[in-house]
Amino acid sequence: MTAVLFQQVSRHFGAVRAVDSVDLAIAEGEFFAMLGPSGSGKTTCLRLMAGFEQPTGGHIEIFGETAEGVPPYRRNVNTVFQDYALFPHLSILENVAYGLMVKGVAKAERLKAAEEALAMVKLPGYGTRRPGQLSGGQRQRVALARALVNRPRVLLLDEPLGALDLKLREQMQEELKSLQKSLGITFVFVTHDQGEALSMADRIAVFSDGKIQQLGTPEDVYKRPKTRFVADFVGSSNVLPPDFVEGLGFGKHYASLRPEAIDLGDGPGRKQFSGRVTAASFLGAANRVTVEANGARVAAMLSASISVPAQGETITLSFLPQDLHMMDGTQ
Amino acid sequence: MSTVSGTSILTGRQGLSGRLSDFFWRNPKILLLLMLTPPLLWLGVIYLGALFALLLQSFFSIDDFSGLINYEFTFATYKQLLIPSNFDIILRTVLMAVLVTLASAIIAFPIAYYAARYARGKWKVIFYLGVMLPLWSSYLVKIYAWKLILAKEGILTWFLAKLNLLWLLDAWLALPVVGGTSLSISYTGTFIVFIYVWMPFMILPIQASLERVQGNLIEASADLGGKPSQTFRYVLFPLALPGIIAGSIFTFSLTLGDYIIPQIIGSSRLFIGQAVYAQQGTAGNIPLAAAFSIVPIVIMGLYLWMAKRQGAFDAL
Repeated sequence: MTAVLFQQVSRHFGAVRAVDSVDLAIAEGEFFAMLGPSGSGKTTCLRLMAGFEQPTGGHIEIFGETAEGVPPYRRNVNTVFQDYALFPHLSILENVAYGLMVKGVAKAERLKAAEEALAMVKLPGYGTRRPGQLSGGQRQRVALARALVNRPRVLLLDEPLGALDLKLREQMQEELKSLQKSLGITFVFVTHDQGEALSMADRIAVFSDGKIQQLGTPEDVYKRPKTRFVADFVGSSNVLPPDFVEGLGFGKHYASLRPEAIDLGDGPGRKQFSGRVTAASFLGAANRVTVEANGARVAAMLSASISVPAQGETITLSFLPQDLHMMDGTQ
Repeated sequence: MSTVSGTSILTGRQGLSGRLSDFFWRNPKILLLLMLTPPLLWLGVIYLGALFALLLQSFFSIDDFSGLINYEFTFATYKQLLIPSNFDIILRTVLMAVLVTLASAIIAFPIAYYAARYARGKWKVIFYLGVMLPLWSSYLVKIYAWKLILAKEGILTWFLAKLNLLWLLDAWLALPVVGGTSLSISYTGTFIVFIYVWMPFMILPIQASLERVQGNLIEASADLGGKPSQTFRYVLFPLALPGIIAGSIFTFSLTLGDYIIPQIIGSSRLFIGQAVYAQQGTAGNIPLAAAFSIVPIVIMGLYLWMAKRQGAFDAL
């Protein structure tokens, strides 16, 4: 069943088209990521699902029911806010039990459910504290428990890991993923971190200028970017200009080539080009080398077993033709 | 490659001011002490000292025959507060202060809410001007203006007559206690003018506290299923409470102490402020005036203590 359906949905603020004719269908139980830079419309899409914004055009359905004009408090959809939005005057337990309280669940019952939810996010016994006494990571878990205790049909997450440090973020990514698997709730996740989207999502919608540039599996989006924007934004693909691509014996189109697909030297069946090294750095597992070749700047991840080439040196690089991905547009 | 050059320690400013700023930078506590001493002296000696002298006065009594102050420690003056004619004054004032505070809070909240949540740019300026402008004109001018508005021949009566609603005013004025021959000489009039004059003191603290309530808390409440009335009750109101309490401290204490408004607009029955004024002036009974002045202080102390116990400052 389709959990969230957008048909030609627009949200314009005066002349600003925050969301512009977006179509998408999120399946039940899916982990769906909306990826894009700030101002690309991904958060507005999330707010349209939550009911904080109303579309200026188009049609939204949540589990087959029309969502336009339905206030947030009548949607069985819960949000984990970017800065968590915990109620500062309530204890952690009261925060988590809030959704059940306003729905009129008896006190003993809702506090028990809140305790269980806190245990689920690995914060048992933290109930009596105040939000101000917790660390960012703990607050994030409380926000998650507060949303999940309501058993929503769709959970919306607005950059929930943005404020956490790297280590905590990686840990939370895994926990979120396994939580989603065990609960079977549809997760819609907004992020500007392509690594996060790639590692967690079943499908990704890449947003730019209020429109979806590409919608597909992480592998699709990463390996076969449809547009230059997607290639640029998702991962660190080289975007090769049409002239360069033509020079290698392909059609005159923009093409993307991932740095790790490029090797030093030549080999059978490989396409080769040479370039002057403009920057080289040792990354431990690999050397990242940037060369200038026929007016294009190409980054390559080379094996660390070969010593770092010197700046200014001219080297020969090659790749397999199937790794080159042609994109729309010749401009 | 360019090289970085220059000295790593800059030569300081020469002269006394240069050495003085270096000294204060190294000894910030001395600077703090210098800055705090004059105001603390002022507060301690002039203000608290005067308050203490007042407290002391209230424990003296007055000799009924000679009219002289008897400097012997006694509770007799406080006992006088409890005689019906004096106790009525206290009761009347406290009741008025409570009603004025409640009404001010109810009127101020929507205004403050609008200003904090919706007013932007030009409208925010207009809000501040609108709230503050009355404070710029003289208190007496405003009160006399209200006397004219509320008088029997005043604009309010004229306006209600135009609307054919004069019967409503007459019905209200016919009520016991709150009524009278006209609004300007009734408790209702006193009440209206109190609310008008203290309104900025209620609006501004509430607005400040609402300004600090993040918009996404309201969204979070709705997201979790809270209807607007529940969001107000469980989120907005508790978070605005410190501001409401701060505002109520102003309106409550200002009403308790005011002696001009009830003098000009209202029935001739006394309020605490008027009693103090009369006792220390014409009657020359300084101890009783002092005892009357202690009443609002004690009431405010009790009020703050209760507010704290109710958790009014928890969200601070």
